[in-house]
Amino acid sequence: MKGTAWKFGNDIDTDIIVPGRYLIYTDEERLSAHCMEGLDPDFDKKCKKGDFIVAGKNFGCGSSREHAPIALKGVGISAVIAESFARIFYRNATNVGVPLLEAPGITELVENGDEIEVDMDEGTITASNGEKITFKKLPPFMLEILEQGGLIEYLKNKR
Amino acid sequence: MATISEKILARASGKDKVEAGDIVIANIDIAMTHDLTGPLSVESFEKIGASKVWDSSKIVIPFDHQVPADSIDSANNHIIMREFVKKHEIKHFYDVNAGVCHQILPELGHVVPGEVIVGADSHTCTHGALGAFSTGIGSTDMAMVFAEGNLWFKVPETNRFNITGNLKENVYAKDVILHIIGEIGADGSTYKACEFAGETVSNMSVSDRMVLCNMAIEMGGKTGLVEPDKKTIEYVESRSKKPYKIYKTDLNSSSLNIIDVDVSDLEPQVACPHNVDNVKAVSEVDVEIDQVFLGSCTNGRLKDLREAAKILKGNEIANGVRMLVIPASREVYRKALAEGLIKIFIEAGALVSAPCCGPCLGGHTGIIGPGEVSLSTSNRNFKGRQGSPDGEVYLSSAAVAAASAIKGRIMAPE
Repeated sequence: MKGTAWKFGNDIDTDIIVPGRYLIYTDEERLSAHCMEGLDPDFDKKCKKGDFIVAGKNFGCGSSREHAPIALKGVGISAVIAESFARIFYRNATNVGVPLLEAPGITELVENGDEIEVDMDEGTITASNGEKITFKKLPPFMLEILEQGGLIEYLKNKR
Repeated sequence: MATISEKILARASGKDKVEAGDIVIANIDIAMTHDLTGPLSVESFEKIGASKVWDSSKIVIPFDHQVPADSIDSANNHIIMREFVKKHEIKHFYDVNAGVCHQILPELGHVVPGEVIVGADSHTCTHGALGAFSTGIGSTDMAMVFAEGNLWFKVPETNRFNITGNLKENVYAKDVILHIIGEIGADGSTYKACEFAGETVSNMSVSDRMVLCNMAIEMGGKTGLVEPDKKTIEYVESRSKKPYKIYKTDLNSSSLNIIDVDVSDLEPQVACPHNVDNVKAVSEVDVEIDQVFLGSCTNGRLKDLREAAKILKGNEIANGVRMLVIPASREVYRKALAEGLIKIFIEAGALVSAPCCGPCLGGHTGIIGPGEVSLSTSNRNFKGRQGSPDGEVYLSSAAVAAASAIKGRIMAPE
């Protein structure tokens, strides 16, 4: 996977990913229109399919709203790469099919707007200067869930 | 030798023993979803293709986030949930007149010690105050629970906060938990159960223990927990007929990390924008405020209203300051009315609204505009949490909120 990295700081909470006033919606389209708008009102327009979010520690903290990973999926984010993730968000993102890659050191290696490459099989991220960093590879069942677009699709295909 | 979490998850997964780090499939005793996360849970449940919920008596659905409906979209969400309730004959449904989910679940006897409780709301950790393993999940996980009645969990390690010392006057459970979060950080207990123990906690009411457990998620915690004692049993037996089981933590458990917290010199605390772990003593904060919110699943209980009313009695809130008081449930409202607290709030110039989540998450009433400052007794002060991303939210106890409303600036009660 190749794409542009959009860089954010530490403790990016799910209220930032999708503010509470939009939780009345459940669809990707309307939720993604407000994705990250508190930090960047045009994020949904700038972000292209296949891009990445790179962030500091505790990404996805706060509310259990699954609307947050749905919005990230809607803007086309192919994976979030962070120093660490919050617990409920980790489950939710996997369940809706957004890969989360824990890569300590990533915020030192990648700047906002860099083109980066992620190899899910190798467990590596290659920065724009060619330098590589590893992340903890996801177990096969999780890769299968993600490849099929989330837990529900995975279960349906299994039945 | 095990922690409460390990013992409860062993019981719920049908094992003799589990250890931190094990992945278990646990049977769920109570599953809660509300008007805001419910529609997504229902959508996912229908996508799974399951025809029936696993147990219609174990699902609790309260409406609290957008009540009464404030838009056609939220009215539509209410319709979706009412139809789900009817179709699946959900026994415990509370429409717009009941109160905030994390208050009414314990209050109406749905929570007893030793249970595994999941809620499609991150503050579900509140219910650990009664000795249950209780945690927030997303909507897809909730759909799985609706269909199967179980869910996989990684058994957590435990941070046990051993809290000692007598609290000074005007210092409350909210100050204790803000202090702890400020020290340990917003990810200081990620993936861990947070047990609150020690003489200070033993001396606290069940209401105050809920304040501690409610905010476990603000340090990344999977659940809050307090070991049940006489106060817990008295509370539970007066409200529930369900059988319960009391578990306690063995202090030599290998997955236990004990953190000593001495609160004897603690001053009233405030969490400053835009993170809950940005905590300072009130005396170090001098900020003008536009709005005060007294309420929420953190501090909207009768005890909180009493503490605020004691300070507001005979006073008026400052010119230019709006104060919203939202009792957390119908029971809290009714008792506050009987005790004359509501009269005190209205005479002071506050608005008193029907039980709901209010401005806590910026989706309904009392939204703040650009440049405005809110002082709130709720649990989150994230950027944009109560409305405009250019507004600011501070968090405090009910007492600090009341004193600040009178002065128009953040300050401790005199």
